[in-house]
Amino acid sequence: MGLLDQEFSDSNIVIAKSEDLLNWARLSSIWQLSFGLACCAIEMMATSASHYDFDRFGVIPRPSPRQADVILISGTVTLKMATRIKRLYEQMPDPKYIISMGSCANCGGPYWEHGYHVLKGIDRVIPVDVYVPGCPPRPEALLEGLLKLQEKIRHETLRRTA
Amino acid sequence: MTPEETLEILKNKFPDSEFTYDNELPVDAYIIVNPKDLLDVCFFLRDEENLQFDTLMNLSGVDDNNATKVKDEEGNEKLEGRTLSVYYHLHSMKFDHKFYLKVSLPIEKPEVESVESVWKCADWHEREAYDMFGIIFLNHPNLIRILLPYDWEDGSYPLRKDFETPEFYNGMKIPY
Amino acid sequence: MPIKTEEMVLNMGPQHPSTHGVLRLELKLEGELILDVKPHIGYLHRCFEKHCEAMTYPQVVPYTDRMDYLASMSNNFGYAVAVERLMGIQVNERVEYIRVIMAELQRIASHMVALGTYGVDIGAFTPFLFLFADRERILTLFEETCGARLLYNYMWVGGLSHDIHPDFVRKTKDFVQYFRPKIDELNNLLSYNKIFVERTANIGILPADVAINYGITGPILRASGVKWDLRKNDPYSIYDRFDFDIPVGEGLKGTVGDCWDRYYVRVLEMVESLKIIEQAIDNIPEGDVQEAVPKRVKPPKGSIYARFENPKGELGYFIISDGSVNPFRVKVRAPSFVNMEVFGELCKGHFVADVISILGSMDVVLGEIDR
Ligand code: SF4
Repeated sequence: MGLLDQEFSDSNIVIAKSEDLLNWARLSSIWQLSFGLACCAIEMMATSASHYDFDRFGVIPRPSPRQADVILISGTVTLKMATRIKRLYEQMPDPKYIISMGSCANCGGPYWEHGYHVLKGIDRVIPVDVYVPGCPPRPEALLEGLLKLQEKIRHETLRRTA
Repeated sequence: MTPEETLEILKNKFPDSEFTYDNELPVDAYIIVNPKDLLDVCFFLRDEENLQFDTLMNLSGVDDNNATKVKDEEGNEKLEGRTLSVYYHLHSMKFDHKFYLKVSLPIEKPEVESVESVWKCADWHEREAYDMFGIIFLNHPNLIRILLPYDWEDGSYPLRKDFETPEFYNGMKIPY
Repeated sequence: MPIKTEEMVLNMGPQHPSTHGVLRLELKLEGELILDVKPHIGYLHRCFEKHCEAMTYPQVVPYTDRMDYLASMSNNFGYAVAVERLMGIQVNERVEYIRVIMAELQRIASHMVALGTYGVDIGAFTPFLFLFADRERILTLFEETCGARLLYNYMWVGGLSHDIHPDFVRKTKDFVQYFRPKIDELNNLLSYNKIFVERTANIGILPADVAINYGITGPILRASGVKWDLRKNDPYSIYDRFDFDIPVGEGLKGTVGDCWDRYYVRVLEMVESLKIIEQAIDNIPEGDVQEAVPKRVKPPKGSIYARFENPKGELGYFIISDGSVNPFRVKVRAPSFVNMEVFGELCKGHFVADVISILGSMDVVLGEIDR
């Protein structure tokens, strides 16, 4: 309830732009595709566990891509895995967002030079909305990345852009 | 039982084959076995009453990268004699002793008998050695790539010293 | 009319919440019954061994972190000791004590993740939250010492990257005090829970002789009733000075070597680790932790196979040196890699739902399987 709690007496009407309302609804319940790749996934787990509590931002892990809004690429993407991630991404319904977590997903991380089996950045396969740097990023950094994504969603528009 | 004693037993059991004891190295000594005897030696090491090497701790392929230059009849220089090796680290839970074996295989025809029938855990180790070095393990039940994708380019073995990273895989650019 | 059944092949993973990462299983089913399981690995193959050949010896340490990322300290530990043996370096007592304490804290942290996620797999979410909250305490201890939460790069060849914090001893003691009763809590919450026992006891039984032939090590081997622990049987560092037991599976709730045993051995191991920490924490001698760090790590020509008791099992480093500053070859015998091989064998004849419970009890880490 938080935000609107006790702001109004009963049966009131709130006037808002439909765009704002939709964006607000969208950004407060970003469901995440629960899916971990490598070491960063452990930090992602720590973020969703008790200490950092991802849930308070409305992030709930969903096992199926059909129910997910955001896919967190948490770790090293190998060539063998890249095609699978692409397929998962394609299965998600629009609007969908991607957070690339950790140096590996951003650009290959520590494996950029000799990694013959590492994809040097997930953005070579699917488009990324927010990059979170770090190896691994601290849970706070991941939370910040999520806030940045929320900001991005807040400024989205429904109008057709030319 | 020390490796020397084990070696003595082996020499008595297999008089026709050659064993080389290599202990010039500072830490671990190992015994070089002729590839064609490997399977018999392994079975013997596992089953002999007072040896009982019941676990294979590790199996590792190595590219020795030891080619030497030789001249053929016409005076052209060629690289020859490069070998791939397989190291076997054995251990006995019962007697708590260790024994290290090594076989060397010419790179043109790197073939050795699989020891999967002796120790089950050799299965994946051998597949890995095949995947990374292209060592062929004869009579292995399922010798296919394990870590790299199944459709990785044939004849490209990443841990060989002369491996070059391919430019593309499945339309994805690999180098940075 | 007779009902006709057919074999069916079901694909599980690589994106599946219960595969603990990117593991793909190919299940061959007849109805609910499992005929065969084929694990497909390599979805996280990060070319560790190739990197080793291109790096200098100290540069390899951060890459060892990233193999078993739940037990980075233990990986560092093994690598550092292996290279020290190759070079004949003797580190001082302070380093040894700190290393042992860190490794045991890491063991507890790793088992916490194993037990917590196992609970989630079976359907109990609360223990996961409890254990992760406690795990944060250990991570805080590490973070105060070396600045990192997950991947530490802490144990260097010949020493440590940082000395311990002045408050470290007190805080560690506090943690030991705090965590002891928590184990009982965990037992009451999860271990003896009827539903949990029903789903894990008598499932996936691994007999001792099969385990040995497959080269299984660590808690899984001990759960099958084999008293084997490298800290006791092939002591490295200063483990021979401490007094602790090796818990083995006893089949309290079912048969020796079932999933519940594998789970419970880990719980008991946490208690033993606490014991070691308690014995070590008061005896840390004075000294300089970087005393023996060589200016240039350049081992003589030679090879070594060294093995260590990681939380998951026997971690082996096979290092060949050609006398230069780069390793000629590093092969890692990863415990999970070997332990995973027996998985197909364990699943045969069970139901689909049991696959999850068997996989969870193995506690595999994909970073280590694929390297
Ligand atoms: S960025 Fe670092 S922590 Fe994250 S997956 Fe890559 S190596 Fe692991």
